[in-house]
Amino acid sequence: MALLEIENLAVEFQTSTGPFRAVDGVSLKVDAGEVLAIVGESGSGKSVSMLAAMGLLPWTAKVTADKLLFNDIDLLGLSAADRRKIVGKDIAMIFQEPVASLNPCFTVGFQIEEVLRIHLGLDKAASRARAIELFDLVGIPNPADRLGHFPHQMSGGQCQRVMIAIALSCNPKLLIADEPTTALDVTIQKQILDLLMRLQAEHGMGLIMITHNMGVVAETADRVIVQYKGRKIEEADVLSLFESPKSPYTRALLAALPDNATGDRLPTIAEFLSDDQIFAGAVR
Amino acid sequence: MTAVLEARNLVRDYYIPGSLMKKGKTVHAVKGVSFSVEQGKTLAIVGESGCGKSTLARIVTMIDPATSGDMLIDGQKVDIAKEKLTPEMRQKVQIVFQNPYGTLNPRKKIGDILTEPLIINTRMKADDRRDKAMAMLKKVGLEEKHYARYPHMFSGGQRQRIAIARALMLNPRLLVLDEPVSALDLSVQAQVLNLLADLQDEFQLTYVFISHDLSVVRYIADDVMVMYYGEAVEYGAREEVFSNPQHSYTQTLFAATPRADIDSIKARLARKAAA
Repeated sequence: MALLEIENLAVEFQTSTGPFRAVDGVSLKVDAGEVLAIVGESGSGKSVSMLAAMGLLPWTAKVTADKLLFNDIDLLGLSAADRRKIVGKDIAMIFQEPVASLNPCFTVGFQIEEVLRIHLGLDKAASRARAIELFDLVGIPNPADRLGHFPHQMSGGQCQRVMIAIALSCNPKLLIADEPTTALDVTIQKQILDLLMRLQAEHGMGLIMITHNMGVVAETADRVIVQYKGRKIEEADVLSLFESPKSPYTRALLAALPDNATGDRLPTIAEFLSDDQIFAGAVR
Repeated sequence: MTAVLEARNLVRDYYIPGSLMKKGKTVHAVKGVSFSVEQGKTLAIVGESGCGKSTLARIVTMIDPATSGDMLIDGQKVDIAKEKLTPEMRQKVQIVFQNPYGTLNPRKKIGDILTEPLIINTRMKADDRRDKAMAMLKKVGLEEKHYARYPHMFSGGQRQRIAIARALMLNPRLLVLDEPVSALDLSVQAQVLNLLADLQDEFQLTYVFISHDLSVVRYIADDVMVMYYGEAVEYGAREEVFSNPQHSYTQTLFAATPRADIDSIKARLARKAAA
């Protein structure tokens, strides 16, 4: 049994020019202890599909799926109150902009203890002790002092560690990391990725890594899904994706990496691929 | 050949005023940095946030004066703290910023954005300004019909092209690029990097390219300078720096850069299987 099972997920937004399909028939499976990377450019629907799974999209979005199962629980059929018991506890998410995702009006300590009180029913002393333990786990120095800090008093890397601590606070079965390191420096990125991989291995979590950075994919993933304009273009294990990409789009994406540059100009996707060619080899 | 840009021992301090209970303090953002760039070459400045690379960009672009040290542009000494900047000097250096969503005025049409530097710095006639803007749009891969559109109608990559076009309107000698591709998707990044290379060939432009992405730096730079806490800890030709980094920070930086080649994936999977 897969931890998260999505079949034929579609998300539509109503716009002034008619419905816009942000996600078009995406299917995926994640097992416990597995790292799945979803790669794509902006607008490829990689974040939206995960937000849909968590039920975090605004009411203007129309979410349909043949199957949207987490641990054999149908997420689409749940009431909002029941879903809230799962989201944030068993499925947790780390967002792209750590500084923007934390509430600037409250201390980071309050924000992590709030999660512990609501989801786990811990009292004040217990939630504080657990918060210190979690800050320690994600490598924040002086955790007890740091609890009283506001997000603006911390650096981007520290804020991202707080986000990770909050996401891990209830020992989630599935962690969704949406571009967790895009806003960070390379050296901090390395630390955060190492931390995520260590925690994922220790807790046997399922991890979905949403990114557009091929280097991050290469360093973390077991399996990779490539998305383009809301559709799944390719799915493969990480080695075969980099070694022998099947879709022309994936090949073009890898060729556009400056690492792989051979001539004095980079090959670009728009030059030699139309949408039809990209979708021709798409998997469902 | 004289260098287009030469910096000798540039220092920049920021003074943070104190309050009733707190003493003021001085932040040393740039601590004595020297470098030079020749015409048609690219110098890449690498470093983490807070290392002083953007402060350096502001000094080179003549937005902020240096606290001490000399800066020479085309062999001519510039010190904006002492004398007012002439339009001729202003035309020599232009800058492209990181975020193409924040640097274009949303209430102005593309044509007005492109012609504004000409209005301020030259006495060109309106027709000529328009012709020049049209020509520049084509040069950066956009079309004439985009002249009367607003920034919100463009994608991130297109906006960065507009920002580059605006920087080139005054025929600068030196272009400072402050993380020009870090907000862009991989495929768009490739297009913009190609455009920059084309423009450099055509106009013999000199670039100061600020970035924290080493794979981009390795691709585009001739010389590389690594900055760490306001100091240049490593400065040399690209191949030298990449093949034989001297300073421990540069080595850390290289080790931290994610690698997308097959061998390192195999090595990682092997480590994972063994654990």
